[in-house]
Amino acid sequence: MIPQTFDYTAPATLDQALALIAQGAKPLAGGMSLIPMMKLRLAAPEHLVDIGRLKELNYIREDAGALHLGAGCTHYEVETSPLLRGKCPLLSETAAHIGDVQVRNMGTIGGSIAHADPSADYPAALQALEAKIVLRGAQSQRTVAASAFFLDTFATALEPGEIVSEIIVPVEEAGAGASYQKMAQPASGFAIVGVAARLRRSGGKIAMARIGVTGLAGRSFRATAAEKALENTAGSAAEIQAAAALVAQGVEANSDLHASAEYRKHLAAVYAGRALFAALARTA
Amino acid sequence: MATTITRPKTLIGKAIRRREDPRLITGTATYVEDIKMPGMHYAVVVRSPHAAAKIRSIDTSKAAARPGVVAIFTGQDVSKVGPVPCGASLPGLRVPNHTILATDRVYYAGHPVAVVVATDRYIAADAADDVEVDWEVLKAVADPLKALEPGAPAVHPQWPDNKAFDFHQEHGDIDKAFAEADVIVKQRILSQRLIPTPMETRGVVAEWRAADRALNLYSSTQIPHLLRSMVAQMLGLEENRLRVVAPEVGGGFGCKLNVYAEEALMGFVAMKINKPVKWIETRRENYLTTIHGRGHVDDYELSAKRDGTITGIKLRIIQDLGAYHQLLTPAIPTLSVLMMPGLYKTQNIFADIVGVFTNCVPTDAYRGAGRPEATHGIERMVDILAAELKMDPAEIRLKNFVQPNEFPFPTATGLIYDSGDYAAPLKKALDIAEYEKLRREQSESRKQGRLMGIGMSAYGEICAFGPSPATPAGGWESATVKIEPSGKVTVLTGTSPHGQGEETTFAQIAADELGVDIDDVLVVHGDTALVQYGIGTFGSRATAVGGTAVYFALQDLKAKIKKFGAMLLNSDDVTLANGQCIDNKTGASKSVQEIAAASYRAMQLPPNTEPGMVSTHFWEPPNFTFPFGAHLVVTEVDRDTGAVKVVRYIAVDDCGNILNPLIVTGQVHGGVAQGIGQALYEQAVYDEAGQLITGELMDYAVPKAHMLPWIESDHTVTPTPVNPLGVKGVGEAGTIGCSPAVVNSVVDALSPLGVKHIDMPMTPEKIWKLIRSAQ
Repeated sequence: MIPQTFDYTAPATLDQALALIAQGAKPLAGGMSLIPMMKLRLAAPEHLVDIGRLKELNYIREDAGALHLGAGCTHYEVETSPLLRGKCPLLSETAAHIGDVQVRNMGTIGGSIAHADPSADYPAALQALEAKIVLRGAQSQRTVAASAFFLDTFATALEPGEIVSEIIVPVEEAGAGASYQKMAQPASGFAIVGVAARLRRSGGKIAMARIGVTGLAGRSFRATAAEKALENTAGSAAEIQAAAALVAQGVEANSDLHASAEYRKHLAAVYAGRALFAALARTA
Repeated sequence: MATTITRPKTLIGKAIRRREDPRLITGTATYVEDIKMPGMHYAVVVRSPHAAAKIRSIDTSKAAARPGVVAIFTGQDVSKVGPVPCGASLPGLRVPNHTILATDRVYYAGHPVAVVVATDRYIAADAADDVEVDWEVLKAVADPLKALEPGAPAVHPQWPDNKAFDFHQEHGDIDKAFAEADVIVKQRILSQRLIPTPMETRGVVAEWRAADRALNLYSSTQIPHLLRSMVAQMLGLEENRLRVVAPEVGGGFGCKLNVYAEEALMGFVAMKINKPVKWIETRRENYLTTIHGRGHVDDYELSAKRDGTITGIKLRIIQDLGAYHQLLTPAIPTLSVLMMPGLYKTQNIFADIVGVFTNCVPTDAYRGAGRPEATHGIERMVDILAAELKMDPAEIRLKNFVQPNEFPFPTATGLIYDSGDYAAPLKKALDIAEYEKLRREQSESRKQGRLMGIGMSAYGEICAFGPSPATPAGGWESATVKIEPSGKVTVLTGTSPHGQGEETTFAQIAADELGVDIDDVLVVHGDTALVQYGIGTFGSRATAVGGTAVYFALQDLKAKIKKFGAMLLNSDDVTLANGQCIDNKTGASKSVQEIAAASYRAMQLPPNTEPGMVSTHFWEPPNFTFPFGAHLVVTEVDRDTGAVKVVRYIAVDDCGNILNPLIVTGQVHGGVAQGIGQALYEQAVYDEAGQLITGELMDYAVPKAHMLPWIESDHTVTPTPVNPLGVKGVGEAGTIGCSPAVVNSVVDALSPLGVKHIDMPMTPEKIWKLIRSAQ
């Protein structure tokens, strides 16, 4: 790769990194999106600050009923973490769908969501999990909901000088089941459509339904109409299909070489159905 | 001294691991990019962002001002360099002047307009961005059908109809065949543009040694000697002053069977700056500017009798040539015509080709080169005919095959098929698949609403290119075999292997013939300073033609060994076996090593015999070879999404004798992977303005391992009489047999819905739309 000239700093602490980012430096985590853009000279940052090596951003821990992931966790770490697999398996399952082994070894969860590719896998799961995203700047820290974080194609709630520092997801309660299902774009592996579904059953009824959708539109979103349609039902096949059919309703869908808007909307309903059936089967 | 004769140790036919692999899998092989030289400079080519535009002016001043920039050359500067050559000739062929850099106009996105040379590749890339071209953007045409419409933008203004050539061939009485037919089936069949995508892109290092008046050119090529001849001519340099080296070449698939502008350009640059210069193609450049493959719109008609006998084939090919002729561009569709009867007997054929210029990168040879298109066409048509006649697709094929007793078989297109038993691989594939049981399963699964398909192809190939009169540049191949004074054996082959494993198979041949250890044999290739003139590696020719040259050189050496052996043993009756020359009367022996040493020491020479142990052979093949086979594919289509799953893939290939089954299987696997790529995933897509929108691996879907099925590879063996090894070639077989079998399978899966044909690539959305419109 022959990018334009840039400076590179690998600071020892997050504070040092944030200070440089506040001055306009561009954060580099796993580099799985930024480096290809620099290769094509579509991006030419003058100064890269490598936050991918910061131990401060690399942790997965449980605290007060929630799971906290440092933004620097690689997809491989998310995929294989015993803690996540036990207590929030949807996130591990979603990470396993990302790219290929090399990408999962390099790419980070923070980098992926900060980039906000409309076809990335994580946003579906984070929407369904009602994840919270911690944003830090040199002088600031705030927490936003996933639903408020993803704004549009490559656009997020991040302000200049801020980075994603942590992702907070809930510990799944007993009786919950979840699944992520996607159709992969055959060249890139990104989701043409990806749907994450979370269900909890209680007393023979679906007590809670959460559905996150990626790939379909300019931003990931929660399919709330479908969720509402499903809650308090018995989760019969017909009820699931009816709910799945609502996922793409009213959505302005993406269209590209690999899938037209019409096909994407159809796929969203198909994969929502599949994710819901799989999630239901996993509810205890 | 009597020697115990052990059991002959033969290597031919053994699954010997490739001797080239350790350096490849440990990352220690030397590709062009790995070549380092003191004083190396780096070149970046400035390319047109437009598919069609006039160049009003080029301002290089800003680029030239960058520290480290050594030189910038534009089209005017290289006007004395000869054009990029087209090696194919057809009657009336229009050949645009293909200068190595554009002068006043560009014809495709990626067209080179200038080259920036700097002391460092980063500086060169930055400076290339600084070159300012004042463009007058013109209307482009990227679709060959639109290019043929009246009023379409003219790719080359001097030829407003955008036609490069018309080609016609016919044989027999096609009108009678169609007039008397019980049934005629017609179909338009597309073979989409594909991007060859070798793992290693192109790259060139050029080094000018002014004092020696010698140019060393390292290029990732399949044809080092032909490249030397043509680049020398382009540069006006004496051919013996140019040395071309093909170092490790990371895949070619035909796209490096070519002479590219950058190869001459780097030679020109090195001679101008008097320093070594390196140019490495980026993947984006590779997609934009290295040749593409296929690009056919084929209109087929088949005439047949009620019993399924095919009586005639009509084919009209519209070939998307791109903006220029590369080395073989216009010749590729003529191979489709040669191959159009497939394995079937019919003597009535009619073929037209229209070669069409478009504002796209040229098409040229890509794995199979014209033969996959032809095989796809005839094998689709036979299935369409079978469906029309409600016949089983296996039965209709068996009915029309050339029969084993009819060889050598003259085809309607002028070929002489060498040998074959075309029913054998098809029957074997049917057996492996348990065909009748499979059809019962299919019938059951259809009752459950599932979309299961069974498809097959029976393919033939034209391989081992070829007799010289039938090829543009000579079709022979050369070999030198030397036994060094120490007894070590060196094989110099004129072929240029780049993944085909001839460092192993040729060593197997030499070790067997001489009775020496395979580790004593070194196979050398790809360096015009070391190796006698050769043709190269393409068209499944290296083993069948180049291996045969090695074989004959070895026969000469064996005769010479026996002469020296007889002299040393003082015998007139000797046998050469297991590396020993044995006196048949006394049992006394001398080893090949001892004899080789004596031949160089030359204390005594046999009558009329020169010292040394070297033989060179140029072998001219009397015919092509014609491998064949049958592939059978089971698919299941996801009714909800249209996604195709290949459930089983059975490949039964007959490539004649098999020298190394491990390598043959590897070739089949790779070929099938690329065939499945075409059938399901790959397509080079240009938009209306001539921009390549599949310009990166993010959008061009080369199949990855997880997208491919397990391949059940098996063989029948019908040796060819064309060469003494009995080998036919296998490099392209998988690709040629694959795509029609996959498409036939998916059409079969969807046939209950009334689907009769699907064009490639069979993307989920395309299939979903077919399912939906049937419902």
